[in-house]
Amino acid sequence: MTDAAWSLLWIVVFPGFLFTSVLGLVASWVVRKVSALVQWRVGPPLMQPFYDIAKLLGKEILVPEDARRSVFMAAPLIGMAGVLLLATILWRTAIAQSAFVGDVIVVIYLMVVPSLALIIGGSASASPHAAIGTSREMKLVIGYELPLVLALIVVILKSGGQLNLSVLAQQTPVYSISGMIAFLASLFCVQAKLGFVPFDIAESETEIASGVLMEYSGPLLAVWKVMQALMLVALPLFLITVFLGGFGTTGWGLAWAIGKYVLVLVLVILIKNTNPRVRIDQAIRFFWVYCGGALVVAIILAAIGTHYGINWL
Amino acid sequence: MNWRIRSLKKSPWVFHVNTGACNNCDIEIVDLLTPKFDVERFGIKLVGSPRHADALLVTGVVTAQAAPRLREIYRQTAKPCVVFAIGACACDKGIFYNGYHVVGPVDKIIKEIDPNAIIAYVPGCPPKPEAMIAGVVKALSVL
Repeated sequence: MTDAAWSLLWIVVFPGFLFTSVLGLVASWVVRKVSALVQWRVGPPLMQPFYDIAKLLGKEILVPEDARRSVFMAAPLIGMAGVLLLATILWRTAIAQSAFVGDVIVVIYLMVVPSLALIIGGSASASPHAAIGTSREMKLVIGYELPLVLALIVVILKSGGQLNLSVLAQQTPVYSISGMIAFLASLFCVQAKLGFVPFDIAESETEIASGVLMEYSGPLLAVWKVMQALMLVALPLFLITVFLGGFGTTGWGLAWAIGKYVLVLVLVILIKNTNPRVRIDQAIRFFWVYCGGALVVAIILAAIGTHYGINWL
Repeated sequence: MNWRIRSLKKSPWVFHVNTGACNNCDIEIVDLLTPKFDVERFGIKLVGSPRHADALLVTGVVTAQAAPRLREIYRQTAKPCVVFAIGACACDKGIFYNGYHVVGPVDKIIKEIDPNAIIAYVPGCPPKPEAMIAGVVKALSVL
Protein backbone atom coordinates (compact mmCIF):
# COMPACT_ATOMS: atom_id res chain seq x y z
CA MET A 1 0.00 0.00 0.00
CA THR A 2 2.76 2.43 0.94
CA ASP A 3 4.52 1.46 -2.29
CA ALA A 4 1.46 2.44 -4.28
CA ALA A 5 1.18 5.71 -2.34
CA TRP A 6 4.84 6.48 -3.04
CA SER A 7 4.40 5.80 -6.76
CA LEU A 8 1.34 8.05 -6.79
CA LEU A 9 3.34 10.78 -5.06
CA TRP A 10 6.09 10.36 -7.67
CA ILE A 11 3.65 10.73 -10.53
CA VAL A 12 1.32 13.41 -9.15
CA VAL A 13 3.44 15.65 -6.96
CA PHE A 14 7.18 15.66 -6.99
CA PRO A 15 8.91 15.01 -10.23
CA GLY A 16 5.66 14.25 -11.97
CA PHE A 17 2.68 16.45 -12.73
CA LEU A 18 2.79 19.33 -10.24
CA PHE A 19 6.54 20.00 -10.23
CA THR A 20 7.08 19.45 -13.95
CA SER A 21 4.10 21.52 -15.05
CA VAL A 22 5.10 24.48 -12.86
CA LEU A 23 8.67 24.20 -14.16
CA GLY A 24 7.38 23.89 -17.73
CA LEU A 25 5.12 26.94 -17.42
CA VAL A 26 8.05 28.96 -16.08
CA ALA A 27 10.13 27.65 -19.00
CA SER A 28 7.41 28.72 -21.44
CA TRP A 29 7.54 32.18 -19.84
CA VAL A 30 11.32 32.17 -20.43
CA VAL A 31 10.68 31.30 -24.10
CA ARG A 32 8.25 34.20 -24.50
CA LYS A 33 10.37 36.65 -22.52
CA VAL A 34 13.59 35.87 -24.41
CA SER A 35 11.73 36.06 -27.74
CA ALA A 36 10.44 39.48 -26.64
CA LEU A 37 13.95 40.64 -25.73
CA VAL A 38 15.24 39.44 -29.11
CA GLN A 39 12.53 41.58 -30.76
CA TRP A 40 13.43 44.59 -28.55
CA ARG A 41 10.23 44.44 -26.47
CA VAL A 42 9.49 44.10 -22.77
CA GLY A 43 7.50 40.87 -22.92
CA PRO A 44 4.93 39.27 -20.63
CA PRO A 45 5.16 39.13 -16.81
CA LEU A 46 6.35 35.97 -15.02
CA MET A 47 2.82 34.90 -14.06
CA GLN A 48 1.50 35.17 -17.63
CA PRO A 49 1.43 31.40 -18.47
CA PHE A 50 -0.38 30.75 -15.16
CA TYR A 51 -2.97 33.45 -15.92
CA ASP A 52 -3.45 31.91 -19.38
CA ILE A 53 -4.09 28.45 -17.93
CA ALA A 54 -6.42 29.82 -15.21
CA LYS A 55 -8.38 31.79 -17.80
CA LEU A 56 -8.71 28.79 -20.15
CA LEU A 57 -9.91 26.62 -17.25
CA GLY A 58 -12.71 29.12 -16.60
CA LYS A 59 -14.05 29.19 -20.15
CA GLU A 60 -16.68 26.99 -21.74
CA ILE A 61 -15.92 23.91 -23.84
CA LEU A 62 -17.30 24.08 -27.37
CA VAL A 63 -17.49 20.83 -29.32
CA PRO A 64 -18.07 21.12 -33.09
CA GLU A 65 -21.32 19.60 -34.34
CA ASP A 66 -19.67 17.07 -36.65
CA ALA A 67 -16.85 16.13 -34.27
CA ARG A 68 -16.49 12.66 -32.72
CA ARG A 69 -17.18 13.87 -29.20
CA SER A 70 -15.52 11.17 -27.06
CA VAL A 71 -12.30 11.05 -29.08
CA PHE A 72 -12.20 14.85 -29.28
CA MET A 73 -12.39 15.11 -25.48
CA ALA A 74 -10.02 12.20 -24.77
CA ALA A 75 -7.17 13.19 -27.12
CA PRO A 76 -5.63 15.97 -24.97
CA LEU A 77 -5.76 13.74 -21.88
CA ILE A 78 -4.02 10.89 -23.75
CA GLY A 79 -1.30 13.28 -24.88
CA MET A 80 -0.77 14.71 -21.42
CA ALA A 81 -0.69 11.24 -19.81
CA GLY A 82 2.03 10.19 -22.29
CA VAL A 83 4.23 13.21 -21.59
CA LEU A 84 3.64 12.85 -17.84
CA LEU A 85 4.89 9.23 -17.92
CA LEU A 86 7.87 10.30 -20.04
CA ALA A 87 8.79 13.07 -17.58
CA THR A 88 8.40 10.76 -14.57
CA ILE A 89 10.63 8.06 -16.11
CA LEU A 90 13.33 10.62 -16.96
CA TRP A 91 13.20 12.28 -13.51
CA ARG A 92 13.38 8.89 -11.80
CA THR A 93 16.51 8.07 -13.79
CA ALA A 94 18.01 11.36 -12.65
CA ILE A 95 16.93 11.34 -9.00
CA ALA A 96 16.61 7.71 -7.91
CA GLN A 97 18.83 6.04 -10.57
CA SER A 98 16.00 3.56 -10.95
CA ALA A 99 16.08 2.37 -14.54
CA PHE A 100 15.21 -0.89 -16.26
CA VAL A 101 16.71 -2.56 -19.31
CA GLY A 102 15.06 -1.27 -22.47
CA ASP A 103 13.69 1.99 -21.02
CA VAL A 104 15.29 3.83 -23.96
CA ILE A 105 12.80 2.04 -26.21
CA VAL A 106 9.91 2.96 -23.87
CA VAL A 107 11.03 6.59 -23.92
CA ILE A 108 11.15 6.63 -27.75
CA TYR A 109 7.57 5.34 -27.85
CA LEU A 110 6.36 7.78 -25.18
CA MET A 111 7.82 10.69 -27.10
CA VAL A 112 5.55 9.89 -30.06
CA VAL A 113 2.40 9.89 -27.87
CA PRO A 114 1.84 13.70 -27.86
CA SER A 115 2.11 13.88 -31.66
CA LEU A 116 -0.24 10.90 -31.98
CA ALA A 117 -2.70 12.59 -29.61
CA LEU A 118 -2.55 15.76 -31.71
CA ILE A 119 -3.25 13.70 -34.83
CA ILE A 120 -6.19 11.91 -33.17
CA GLY A 121 -7.65 15.14 -31.75
CA GLY A 122 -7.19 17.06 -34.99
CA SER A 123 -8.87 14.39 -37.08
CA ALA A 124 -11.73 14.01 -34.59
CA SER A 125 -12.57 17.72 -34.73
CA ALA A 126 -14.01 17.57 -38.28
CA SER A 127 -12.46 20.86 -39.37
CA PRO A 128 -10.74 21.31 -42.75
CA HIS A 129 -7.97 23.42 -41.24
CA ALA A 130 -7.37 20.80 -38.55
CA ALA A 131 -7.29 18.15 -41.28
CA ILE A 132 -4.50 20.01 -43.08
CA GLY A 133 -2.67 20.41 -39.77
CA THR A 134 -3.11 16.71 -39.00
CA SER A 135 -1.70 15.63 -42.34
CA ARG A 136 1.29 17.93 -41.81
CA GLU A 137 1.84 16.59 -38.29
CA MET A 138 1.84 13.01 -39.62
CA LYS A 139 4.44 13.86 -42.26
CA LEU A 140 6.51 15.70 -39.67
CA VAL A 141 6.47 12.65 -37.36
CA ILE A 142 7.60 10.45 -40.24
CA GLY A 143 10.30 13.04 -40.93
CA TYR A 144 11.89 13.40 -37.49
CA GLU A 145 11.55 9.90 -36.08
CA LEU A 146 14.24 8.53 -38.42
CA PRO A 147 17.07 10.92 -37.39
CA LEU A 148 16.07 10.64 -33.72
CA VAL A 149 16.42 6.84 -33.74
CA LEU A 150 19.67 7.06 -35.74
CA ALA A 151 21.04 9.53 -33.17
CA LEU A 152 20.14 7.13 -30.36
CA ILE A 153 21.92 4.31 -32.24
CA VAL A 154 25.10 6.43 -32.15
CA VAL A 155 24.81 6.82 -28.38
CA ILE A 156 23.99 3.15 -27.83
CA LEU A 157 26.96 2.10 -30.01
CA LYS A 158 29.29 4.31 -27.98
CA SER A 159 28.06 2.78 -24.72
CA GLY A 160 28.79 -0.72 -26.02
CA GLY A 161 25.19 -1.71 -26.74
CA GLN A 162 23.47 -0.66 -23.51
CA LEU A 163 19.69 -0.08 -23.58
CA ASN A 164 19.52 1.41 -20.10
CA LEU A 165 19.02 5.12 -19.49
CA SER A 166 21.03 5.32 -16.27
CA VAL A 167 23.98 3.61 -18.01
CA LEU A 168 23.67 6.00 -20.97
CA ALA A 169 23.59 8.92 -18.51
CA GLN A 170 27.05 7.91 -17.22
CA GLN A 171 28.81 8.79 -20.48
CA THR A 172 29.03 12.15 -22.25
CA PRO A 173 28.90 11.40 -26.00
CA VAL A 174 28.79 15.09 -26.90
CA TYR A 175 32.58 15.30 -26.36
CA SER A 176 33.16 13.22 -29.52
CA ILE A 177 32.59 14.03 -33.20
CA SER A 178 29.84 11.46 -33.78
CA GLY A 179 28.14 12.36 -30.47
CA MET A 180 28.18 16.06 -31.36
CA ILE A 181 26.53 15.36 -34.74
CA ALA A 182 23.93 13.16 -33.03
CA PHE A 183 23.24 15.84 -30.38
CA LEU A 184 22.71 18.58 -32.98
CA ALA A 185 20.42 16.38 -35.11
CA SER A 186 18.30 15.42 -32.10
CA LEU A 187 18.14 19.07 -31.04
CA PHE A 188 16.39 19.77 -34.36
CA CYS A 189 14.09 16.78 -33.73
CA VAL A 190 13.23 18.20 -30.30
CA GLN A 191 12.48 21.54 -31.96
CA ALA A 192 10.03 19.77 -34.27
CA LYS A 193 8.50 17.77 -31.40
CA LEU A 194 7.93 20.97 -29.42
CA GLY A 195 6.21 22.46 -32.48
CA PHE A 196 8.46 25.54 -32.48
CA VAL A 197 9.46 27.66 -35.47
CA PRO A 198 10.89 26.61 -38.03
CA PHE A 199 8.94 23.34 -37.58
CA ASP A 200 5.58 24.74 -36.39
CA ILE A 201 4.05 23.63 -39.68
CA ALA A 202 1.24 21.64 -38.08
CA GLU A 203 -0.16 24.51 -36.03
CA SER A 204 0.94 27.54 -38.03
CA GLU A 205 -1.33 30.27 -36.67
CA THR A 206 -1.00 32.72 -39.52
CA GLU A 207 -1.53 30.13 -42.24
CA ILE A 208 -4.05 27.49 -41.16
CA ALA A 209 -5.43 29.16 -38.00
CA SER A 210 -3.63 27.01 -35.37
CA GLY A 211 -4.24 23.84 -37.43
CA VAL A 212 -4.65 20.82 -35.19
CA LEU A 213 -5.66 22.87 -32.12
CA MET A 214 -8.15 25.01 -34.05
CA GLU A 215 -11.41 23.60 -32.64
CA TYR A 216 -10.24 23.27 -29.04
CA SER A 217 -11.45 25.78 -26.48
CA GLY A 218 -11.47 26.34 -22.75
CA PRO A 219 -10.22 23.58 -20.40
CA LEU A 220 -9.35 21.22 -23.28
CA LEU A 221 -7.06 23.87 -24.77
CA ALA A 222 -5.60 24.36 -21.29
CA VAL A 223 -4.73 20.64 -21.22
CA TRP A 224 -2.92 21.00 -24.55
CA LYS A 225 -1.03 24.03 -23.23
CA VAL A 226 -0.03 22.15 -20.06
CA MET A 227 1.06 19.22 -22.25
CA GLN A 228 3.30 21.53 -24.26
CA ALA A 229 4.71 22.96 -21.03
CA LEU A 230 5.47 19.43 -19.77
CA MET A 231 7.22 18.69 -23.07
CA LEU A 232 9.33 21.80 -22.59
CA VAL A 233 10.80 20.08 -19.52
CA ALA A 234 10.76 16.43 -20.60
CA LEU A 235 12.42 16.77 -24.02
CA PRO A 236 15.44 18.86 -22.91
CA LEU A 237 15.74 16.45 -19.96
CA PHE A 238 15.88 13.59 -22.45
CA LEU A 239 18.67 15.32 -24.41
CA ILE A 240 20.60 15.95 -21.18
CA THR A 241 20.20 12.33 -20.01
CA VAL A 242 21.27 10.79 -23.30
CA PHE A 243 23.84 13.21 -24.74
CA LEU A 244 25.10 15.62 -22.08
CA GLY A 245 26.11 13.23 -19.30
CA GLY A 246 22.93 13.01 -17.25
CA PHE A 247 21.13 15.28 -14.81
CA GLY A 248 23.10 15.36 -11.55
CA THR A 249 21.06 16.06 -8.41
CA THR A 250 23.63 16.51 -5.64
CA GLY A 251 25.87 19.47 -4.82
CA TRP A 252 27.65 21.05 -7.77
CA GLY A 253 26.13 18.41 -10.04
CA LEU A 254 22.75 20.10 -9.61
CA ALA A 255 24.08 23.54 -10.57
CA TRP A 256 25.85 21.96 -13.56
CA ALA A 257 22.63 20.16 -14.54
CA ILE A 258 20.59 23.39 -14.37
CA GLY A 259 23.27 24.98 -16.56
CA LYS A 260 22.82 22.19 -19.12
CA TYR A 261 19.04 22.66 -19.08
CA VAL A 262 19.38 26.41 -19.62
CA LEU A 263 21.85 25.74 -22.46
CA VAL A 264 19.43 23.43 -24.28
CA LEU A 265 16.54 25.86 -23.70
CA VAL A 266 18.56 28.84 -25.00
CA LEU A 267 19.62 26.87 -28.10
CA VAL A 268 15.97 25.99 -28.79
CA ILE A 269 14.85 29.63 -28.31
CA LEU A 270 17.61 30.98 -30.56
CA ILE A 271 16.72 28.53 -33.35
CA LYS A 272 13.08 29.56 -32.85
CA ASN A 273 13.81 33.26 -33.18
CA THR A 274 16.23 33.24 -36.09
CA ASN A 275 14.39 31.07 -38.60
CA PRO A 276 11.27 31.41 -40.73
CA ARG A 277 8.74 28.59 -40.98
CA VAL A 278 9.69 25.91 -43.53
CA ARG A 279 7.37 24.05 -45.86
CA ILE A 280 6.58 20.41 -45.10
CA ASP A 281 8.64 19.10 -48.05
CA GLN A 282 11.60 21.21 -46.94
CA ALA A 283 11.26 19.82 -43.41
CA ILE A 284 11.21 16.20 -44.58
CA ARG A 285 14.17 16.78 -46.90
CA PHE A 286 16.04 18.43 -44.03
CA PHE A 287 15.41 15.52 -41.65
CA TRP A 288 15.88 12.62 -44.03
CA VAL A 289 18.60 13.82 -46.41
CA TYR A 290 20.73 16.23 -44.35
CA CYS A 291 20.23 14.99 -40.76
CA GLY A 292 19.96 11.37 -41.92
CA GLY A 293 23.10 11.62 -44.08
CA ALA A 294 25.11 13.26 -41.30
CA LEU A 295 23.93 10.62 -38.85
CA VAL A 296 24.95 7.73 -41.11
CA VAL A 297 28.45 9.23 -41.11
CA ALA A 298 28.22 9.60 -37.33
CA ILE A 299 27.22 5.94 -36.92
CA ILE A 300 30.20 4.82 -39.04
CA LEU A 301 32.53 7.05 -37.00
CA ALA A 302 31.08 5.73 -33.74
CA ALA A 303 31.47 2.11 -34.89
CA ILE A 304 35.10 2.73 -35.90
CA GLY A 305 35.73 4.59 -32.65
CA THR A 306 34.37 1.86 -30.39
CA HIS A 307 36.10 -0.90 -32.39
CA TYR A 308 39.56 0.67 -32.17
CA GLY A 309 38.99 2.37 -28.81
CA ILE A 310 39.29 5.96 -30.12
CA ASN A 311 37.06 7.99 -27.79
CA TRP A 312 36.99 11.28 -29.67
CA LEU A 313 35.57 9.81 -32.90
CA MET B 1 -14.71 39.40 -7.95
CA ASN B 2 -15.40 36.46 -10.21
CA TRP B 3 -12.10 34.58 -10.79
CA ARG B 4 -13.04 33.84 -14.40
CA ILE B 5 -13.32 37.53 -15.23
CA ARG B 6 -10.20 38.35 -13.20
CA SER B 7 -8.02 35.87 -15.10
CA LEU B 8 -9.67 36.93 -18.38
CA LYS B 9 -8.52 40.49 -17.72
CA LYS B 10 -4.96 39.26 -17.25
CA SER B 11 -4.79 37.42 -20.57
CA PRO B 12 -7.26 38.62 -23.21
CA TRP B 13 -6.50 36.74 -26.44
CA VAL B 14 -7.91 38.63 -29.39
CA PHE B 15 -9.36 37.54 -32.71
CA HIS B 16 -9.73 40.02 -35.54
CA VAL B 17 -13.04 40.08 -37.46
CA ASN B 18 -13.53 42.29 -40.51
CA THR B 19 -17.21 42.80 -41.34
CA GLY B 20 -16.79 45.07 -44.33
CA ALA B 21 -14.31 47.70 -43.14
CA CYS B 22 -12.35 49.90 -45.54
CA ASN B 23 -9.11 48.31 -44.18
CA ASN B 24 -8.00 51.41 -42.29
CA CYS B 25 -9.04 50.11 -38.88
CA ASP B 26 -7.48 46.73 -39.76
CA ILE B 27 -4.15 48.39 -40.50
CA GLU B 28 -4.33 50.21 -37.17
CA ILE B 29 -5.07 46.92 -35.36
CA VAL B 30 -2.05 45.32 -37.04
CA ASP B 31 -0.08 48.39 -35.93
CA LEU B 32 -1.26 47.81 -32.39
CA LEU B 33 0.17 44.29 -32.42
CA THR B 34 3.67 45.31 -33.53
CA PRO B 35 6.64 45.28 -31.12
CA LYS B 36 6.44 49.09 -30.81
CA PHE B 37 3.32 48.90 -28.63
CA ASP B 38 4.17 45.42 -27.22
CA VAL B 39 0.70 44.48 -25.98
CA GLU B 40 2.08 41.11 -24.83
CA ARG B 41 3.07 43.01 -21.67
CA PHE B 42 -0.64 42.84 -20.75
CA GLY B 43 -1.02 39.26 -21.95
CA ILE B 44 -2.79 40.31 -25.15
CA LYS B 45 -2.07 37.85 -27.94
CA LEU B 46 -3.47 37.52 -31.46
CA VAL B 47 -4.89 34.01 -31.99
CA GLY B 48 -5.85 32.32 -35.22
CA SER B 49 -9.15 30.75 -34.21
CA PRO B 50 -12.26 32.32 -32.55
CA ARG B 51 -12.46 29.27 -30.26
CA HIS B 52 -9.26 30.40 -28.54
CA ALA B 53 -10.33 34.04 -28.34
CA ASP B 54 -11.53 36.09 -25.35
CA ALA B 55 -12.06 39.32 -27.25
CA LEU B 56 -13.33 39.88 -30.77
CA LEU B 57 -11.96 42.99 -32.45
CA VAL B 58 -14.76 43.76 -34.92
CA THR B 59 -14.16 46.40 -37.60
CA GLY B 60 -16.52 47.72 -40.26
CA VAL B 61 -20.20 48.35 -40.78
CA VAL B 62 -21.86 44.96 -40.79
CA THR B 63 -22.87 44.33 -44.40
CA ALA B 64 -25.72 42.03 -45.36
CA GLN B 65 -23.16 39.43 -46.45
CA ALA B 66 -21.09 39.68 -43.27
CA ALA B 67 -23.90 39.61 -40.68
CA PRO B 68 -24.47 35.80 -40.65
CA ARG B 69 -20.70 35.26 -40.45
CA LEU B 70 -20.39 37.66 -37.53
CA ARG B 71 -23.20 35.82 -35.70
CA GLU B 72 -21.50 32.48 -36.40
CA ILE B 73 -18.12 33.72 -35.16
CA TYR B 74 -19.74 35.07 -32.00
CA ARG B 75 -21.36 31.67 -31.39
CA GLN B 76 -18.02 29.94 -31.95
CA THR B 77 -16.23 32.09 -29.37
CA ALA B 78 -15.96 30.45 -25.97
CA LYS B 79 -17.79 32.46 -23.30
CA PRO B 80 -17.12 34.61 -21.30
CA CYS B 81 -15.91 36.91 -24.03
CA VAL B 82 -15.84 40.63 -24.85
CA VAL B 83 -16.69 42.26 -28.20
CA PHE B 84 -14.77 45.39 -29.17
CA ALA B 85 -16.38 47.52 -31.88
CA ILE B 86 -13.34 49.24 -33.40
CA GLY B 87 -13.86 52.40 -35.46
CA ALA B 88 -16.74 54.74 -36.25
CA CYS B 89 -18.40 52.29 -38.66
CA ALA B 90 -18.46 49.43 -36.18
CA CYS B 91 -19.74 51.72 -33.41
CA ASP B 92 -22.50 53.48 -35.36
CA LYS B 93 -22.23 52.79 -39.11
CA GLY B 94 -20.18 55.99 -39.72
CA ILE B 95 -20.50 57.49 -43.20
CA PHE B 96 -22.35 54.43 -44.49
CA TYR B 97 -25.35 55.34 -42.32
CA ASN B 98 -27.98 55.02 -45.06
CA GLY B 99 -26.20 52.43 -47.17
CA TYR B 100 -28.50 49.90 -48.87
CA HIS B 101 -26.13 47.04 -47.98
CA VAL B 102 -25.71 47.92 -44.29
CA VAL B 103 -27.55 45.89 -41.65
CA GLY B 104 -25.30 46.80 -38.68
CA PRO B 105 -24.02 48.26 -36.47
CA VAL B 106 -22.09 45.54 -34.63
CA ASP B 107 -23.89 45.79 -31.27
CA LYS B 108 -27.30 45.31 -32.92
CA ILE B 109 -26.21 42.10 -34.66
CA ILE B 110 -24.52 40.68 -31.55
CA LYS B 111 -27.43 41.57 -29.25
CA GLU B 112 -29.82 39.74 -31.58
CA ILE B 113 -28.28 36.43 -30.53
CA ASP B 114 -26.97 37.30 -27.05
CA PRO B 115 -28.72 40.19 -25.24
CA ASN B 116 -26.21 40.01 -22.37
CA ALA B 117 -23.10 40.35 -24.54
CA ILE B 118 -20.34 42.61 -23.25
CA ILE B 119 -19.65 45.21 -25.95
CA ALA B 120 -17.06 48.01 -25.79
CA TYR B 121 -16.79 50.85 -28.30
CA VAL B 122 -13.60 52.47 -29.60
CA PRO B 123 -14.64 55.30 -31.96
CA GLY B 124 -12.37 57.02 -34.45
CA CYS B 125 -11.82 56.94 -38.21
CA PRO B 126 -9.54 55.08 -37.78
CA PRO B 127 -8.78 55.01 -34.02
CA LYS B 128 -5.09 55.27 -33.21
CA PRO B 129 -3.43 52.28 -31.51
CA GLU B 130 -3.13 54.45 -28.38
CA ALA B 131 -6.90 55.02 -28.46
CA MET B 132 -7.46 51.26 -28.74
CA ILE B 133 -5.19 50.59 -25.76
CA ALA B 134 -7.10 53.25 -23.78
CA GLY B 135 -10.42 51.68 -24.81
CA VAL B 136 -9.32 48.17 -23.88
CA VAL B 137 -7.98 49.33 -20.50
CA LYS B 138 -11.19 51.25 -19.71
CA ALA B 139 -13.40 48.34 -20.78
CA LEU B 140 -11.43 45.80 -18.76
CA SER B 141 -11.41 48.02 -15.64
CA VAL B 142 -15.22 48.16 -15.50
CA LEU B 143 -15.75 44.43 -16.11
